[in-house]
Amino acid sequence: MTGLGSTPSQTVGPFLSIGMTWEGGEYVVPDGAPDAFWIHGRLLDGAGDAVPDGVIETWQADRSGAFGHALTPLGSAVENVENVGGFGGFGRSLTGPDGQYGVHTVKPGRVDDGHGGFQAPHLDVSVLARGLLHRVITRIYFADEVEGNAADPVLSALPDDHARSTLIAQLDGHGGYALDIWLQGVAETVFFTV
Amino acid sequence: MSKSRLSGVARLPHYRPDPAGTHPPLLSPDYASTQLRAPLKAPVDLPQRLTEVTGPVLGDGLVRPGDADLTRGYAEEPAGQRIIVSGRLLDSDGRTIPHNLVEIWQANAAGRYRHDRDNWPAPLDPNFDGMGRTLTDAEGRYSFTTVKPGAYPWRNHHNAWRPAHIHFSLFGRSFTQRLVTQMYFPDDPLFGQDPIFNSVPESARQRMIANLSLADTRPDWALAFRFDIVLRGSVATPLESEG
Ligand SMILES: [Fe+2]
Repeated sequence: MTGLGSTPSQTVGPFLSIGMTWEGGEYVVPDGAPDAFWIHGRLLDGAGDAVPDGVIETWQADRSGAFGHALTPLGSAVENVENVGGFGGFGRSLTGPDGQYGVHTVKPGRVDDGHGGFQAPHLDVSVLARGLLHRVITRIYFADEVEGNAADPVLSALPDDHARSTLIAQLDGHGGYALDIWLQGVAETVFFTV
Repeated sequence: MSKSRLSGVARLPHYRPDPAGTHPPLLSPDYASTQLRAPLKAPVDLPQRLTEVTGPVLGDGLVRPGDADLTRGYAEEPAGQRIIVSGRLLDSDGRTIPHNLVEIWQANAAGRYRHDRDNWPAPLDPNFDGMGRTLTDAEGRYSFTTVKPGAYPWRNHHNAWRPAHIHFSLFGRSFTQRLVTQMYFPDDPLFGQDPIFNSVPESARQRMIANLSLADTRPDWALAFRFDIVLRGSVATPLESEG
């Protein structure tokens, strides 16, 4: 059934900002949107140095747990009626000189887990950078979703609290959330294959 | 509540993993920058659920008229060999992916990027910024007009040169299909010494190389290269909660 070999991945290289800069890319929701906040942090390498030539891309449901996506498995379109209002759900932040990223968004709702239960509010994250030959995938959860996080199937499947902590953004004291992403080292973030 | 949103979705797609030997290993020591940036722990398997099998629908406001022609928009045409780069965006089952964002960026004909951190002594071109965007059409086709990028030196090892290439960024239909790659030109004598090109298993390298296409060439105007891009394929699986 497979006919074609997939195109191999290559690094974005150091000059990714030429092609990947979008005006307002960091804004999943506009300034002034109700309940909006910044989720931010630094992208760091195995020596603890900033990665200034990377990009963080986020993908998430809206407040009700719906996605801004017409799911089209094998061509059958499905109405996503709750996605009116222009919520795209996608954020892109190029890292700054100190490895800093930031995405302006709202907390997603719980998302169906496909087994009759729910996943805690989360963002799927792609990290691309010079020195990464393909993207790496992680998730961002929210520290103040204690109950939901405890019941989340993805967090629960991780070996220990240390691993879970690499995915959980902490309240930053300014109404937002903070999470550093470590590509390597003792604090290496949990990365996924999908 | 959220469950009702799935009513009508008989089946969610499941995206097959690409076979081993498709993508480069993250830790490829000959490409020195991987050494401190490649995660070293084994990745955790993330079963595909709704977040993974959906993805952004991009295009509105991102693609302006003229973005697919990198030789326009300035006072004069850029220096270098004018080329057309076109192809199809597909999945590995051969299904085309229509109305999907394609982003490219590249060096100018002299091998210089218009970027603060590229300062090797090759000329910038005032008529070239090296950025292109387009949406695939209803049949999954894209086409860019640009100039052939030059090779450029980098500091990976002594006398290291990148073969001429164009960076491509693709989204596909879902989070699972996201891909960034580089397109190369046929028979580049620099392939042998390039650790980025050679990080890909040998049997898959050819898929990154465009073909000269006389059929697409515009006589007395531009040479043409054909580059099809293939993303992971999918199968429909019943929702487990249905059973
Ligand atoms: Fe490059």
